[in-house]
Amino acid sequence: MWSFVLKRLLSAIPTLFLLVALTFFLMRVAPGGPFDAERALPPEVQAQVEAAYHLDEPVWRQFGRYLGGLMQGDLGPSYQYAGYTVNELVAQGFPVSLQLGMAALLLALLLGGGAGILAALKYNGPADHGIMALAMTGLALPNFVVAPLLVLAFAVTLAWLPAGGWDGPASLVLPVLALALPQVAAIARLMRGSMIEVLGQGYVRAARAKGLPEYRVVLVHALKPALMPVLSYLGPATAQLITGSVVIEQIFSIPGLGRHFVQGALNRDYTVVMGVVVFYGALIILFNLIVDLLYGVLDPRVRQR
Amino acid sequence: MNAADLSGAPARSPWQDVRQALRRRPAVMASAALLLVVVLLCLLVPLFAPYAYDQLDLQSIAAPPGAAGMHLFGTDSVGRDLFVRTFHGGRMSLLVGFAGTLVSLAIGVAWGAVAGYFGGRVDQSMMRVVDILYALPFMFLVILLMVLFGRHLLLMFLAIGLINWLDMARVVRGQALALKRREFVDAARLAGLRDAEIIRRHIVPNLIGAVVVCATLTIPQVILVESFLSFLGLGVQEPATSWGALVNEGAADMEAAPWTLIFPAGFLALTLLCFNLVGDGLRDALDPKSR
Repeated sequence: MWSFVLKRLLSAIPTLFLLVALTFFLMRVAPGGPFDAERALPPEVQAQVEAAYHLDEPVWRQFGRYLGGLMQGDLGPSYQYAGYTVNELVAQGFPVSLQLGMAALLLALLLGGGAGILAALKYNGPADHGIMALAMTGLALPNFVVAPLLVLAFAVTLAWLPAGGWDGPASLVLPVLALALPQVAAIARLMRGSMIEVLGQGYVRAARAKGLPEYRVVLVHALKPALMPVLSYLGPATAQLITGSVVIEQIFSIPGLGRHFVQGALNRDYTVVMGVVVFYGALIILFNLIVDLLYGVLDPRVRQR
Repeated sequence: MNAADLSGAPARSPWQDVRQALRRRPAVMASAALLLVVVLLCLLVPLFAPYAYDQLDLQSIAAPPGAAGMHLFGTDSVGRDLFVRTFHGGRMSLLVGFAGTLVSLAIGVAWGAVAGYFGGRVDQSMMRVVDILYALPFMFLVILLMVLFGRHLLLMFLAIGLINWLDMARVVRGQALALKRREFVDAARLAGLRDAEIIRRHIVPNLIGAVVVCATLTIPQVILVESFLSFLGLGVQEPATSWGALVNEGAADMEAAPWTLIFPAGFLALTLLCFNLVGDGLRDALDPKSR
């Protein structure tokens, strides 16, 4: 077991390093520095600014410095918001994004899981076909199409919910829904597939033959094995939720990390963009790792490899 | 399809199988037909419409559909004809979709075929690279690229193609692994063909089925990435447009002019859905095992 954990931990390191190196060197080979402003600075000021941000050192020294900073959890200063560090921006924005993401993930699991189980139980019936058609549609509709349409329907036309902002549970409803919808669809499809397979297994028939009530058969005996594919989907799902949160925060003007990212990108604030890429990238890699390990704990066959 | 002929199986080409399988799925056929209509509209409407995509009609600003003159879908907040813009934007989205898919196809097929054909240690290390890349948050890297190097169209094709080849490589590699054990590959090797020749002439042509399926499913993903970027203002730049950019504009004006959101969003969603349905249908038809 521990060698399995260790192997997985070690395999995350090259990915993480590649991410950091790629981001860093892409930034360095990009034409134009962050301080090539429209109005040219006097050379001595330019030199001072560059010295202050260590931009006058050789690239490998800068990379070493950046890596060293990262090891201590330091993402560097923001070039645009003077006096702010990227860490402060992350500390400010991430809790908001985390709430949004967790709520969406929970919704996707409950709604998608429920719909998938229902479809599997009504296999090939009208309910199954209906749910699957909906799921196919949900999967094809990107967040940034769903979100404005939801706002148009529920905020503009019906005026039931606020169209944006971040105060109170009512303002959470639409963004969470828009963010979760593609994941609901994906999880429903996965859940249905694996549930159908599990329901055909011998031990399910045995449980039924024992005379257990149907809900116990499904929720106790069939659910756990059927959840495994859903569990391994949680890694990609998190990545997609994080990516989706970038547009959702933009659409609903939610003060999360994704919004800082887009603002940083539009203002060419290199360190913020890079910091968020590294932070979210590390988070996705970490989450994949946790899912992998969890999978190994729950399914001993995986560990043997 | 040389392989099928040589194996002596009853002469029914894979394409006949596909046609038959597709005929049994009206939804897939309907999606394919709809896609064709959308593609034709995108090609033809900007050519024959009475307005140019960037032409301002100052008499009718934000006019609802059919209210003024020839504006079938209405006009946007500066008086540009939405009918033309929707299909002009569709051109861009489809162009990026096809071009990006071509890039990912080229890389994915080459990578996967080489890894699968050589197998062993080559395969292991090449697939390890794919695994490592898989874990990277690509959307963020593409955004980073667009920020750093400006928003060139060519760069966008490349960047999007570069992130989408991983699935293709995996699929192709699996197929190539199986193919290389077939007799005609041995025969080719005995005939003295070099590895590069065998891959090019015997492995790759036999991958077409899997590649077509994968490509059909890649196109909507690429369109999605492009729209995502354009929606954020990091993709296609004014006055050129794409469905993502149009949805963004529409979302900004939706209170006063909801049609500016609904038409581009509708066509984007329809196209994505149809591509996914056709791709799924093709996969079921070409590879019954995958279900």
